[in-house]
Amino acid sequence: MKIELNGEPFELAGPLTVFELLARLDIDSRRVAVEKNLTVIKRGEYARALVSEGDRIEIVNFVGGG
Amino acid sequence: MTDTPFVIAGRVFSSRLIVGTGKYQSHGLMVQAHDASGAEMVTVAVRRVNLHDRSKESLLDYLDRSRYFILPNTGGCYTAEDAIRTARLAREAGLSNWIKLEVIGDELTLYPDNAALIEATRVLVGEDFVVLPYTNDDPVVCRKLEDAGAAAVMPLGAPIGSGLGIQNPNNIRIIKERASVPVIVDAGVGTASDAAVAMELGADAVLMNTGIAGAQDAVAMAEAMKLAVRAGRLAYLAGRIPRKMYGSASSPLEGVISGLRT
Repeated sequence: MKIELNGEPFELAGPLTVFELLARLDIDSRRVAVEKNLTVIKRGEYARALVSEGDRIEIVNFVGGG
Repeated sequence: MTDTPFVIAGRVFSSRLIVGTGKYQSHGLMVQAHDASGAEMVTVAVRRVNLHDRSKESLLDYLDRSRYFILPNTGGCYTAEDAIRTARLAREAGLSNWIKLEVIGDELTLYPDNAALIEATRVLVGEDFVVLPYTNDDPVVCRKLEDAGAAAVMPLGAPIGSGLGIQNPNNIRIIKERASVPVIVDAGVGTASDAAVAMELGADAVLMNTGIAGAQDAVAMAEAMKLAVRAGRLAYLAGRIPRKMYGSASSPLEGVISGLRT
């Protein structure tokens, strides 16, 4: 399936859960926050929230800033 | 001399200097500068995870959470909607419900978009955020932000990263006089005297990033800023003498030897 991941087209087998997506991307879920179609996904919902065809996913973390 | 505690939304800070985490040459240097600054609150930015380079270390590995309270920002957002989304993501990332709210209105000056800033403040306060808006040095905008529920107002001294110092000292003084929430001068500090001026005007605290991170010796500048903020605060509390047009002798006028004057 095709999704938009951090503003870029991204292809992967799916649908899958947010938890599975983070695992596939090798991202430590404790260090990031995830938004699906402009709505924040609560941390406790990663194992249930589904990522499907066409979804717009943002995965963010903290970086240096003022 | 005893000072009143610096309190934002019920949280007490003993340092009145807040520092950023951006633009340091290395994480190690940042850690040393933070230590030298004596700050208890540090700002961070929220950005997309780099999917192409997962090797990068996490900033959070270099921030001792038992020592520093972390204040995420919405830097880089140009609309209320983006700033609100960023704030929600920052909260979900698990640090706290505090947000340094930035809604930028102009790329060149990085001045805030006041209308969008006030709107975003209102929305986020409604979602139980502790909102600290970065604003221009306008007493009217600061009052509106306070009315919208801001926990503090953070007027700029000068454009972000400019190092120009406090461009409109009178406005900072007026903002402080009128505000009933803490006033934090945010942005524009270039060197220690700028920080001291901000504090002498009555600001409750100063927030800076580039002024320290961009200095040739960031660690030494961090210490200079710590001392300047303390000195400025103490001078404010001490109450400066009024400015006068002419000289006023410090030594007694009587008993001067020789009396010949024409």
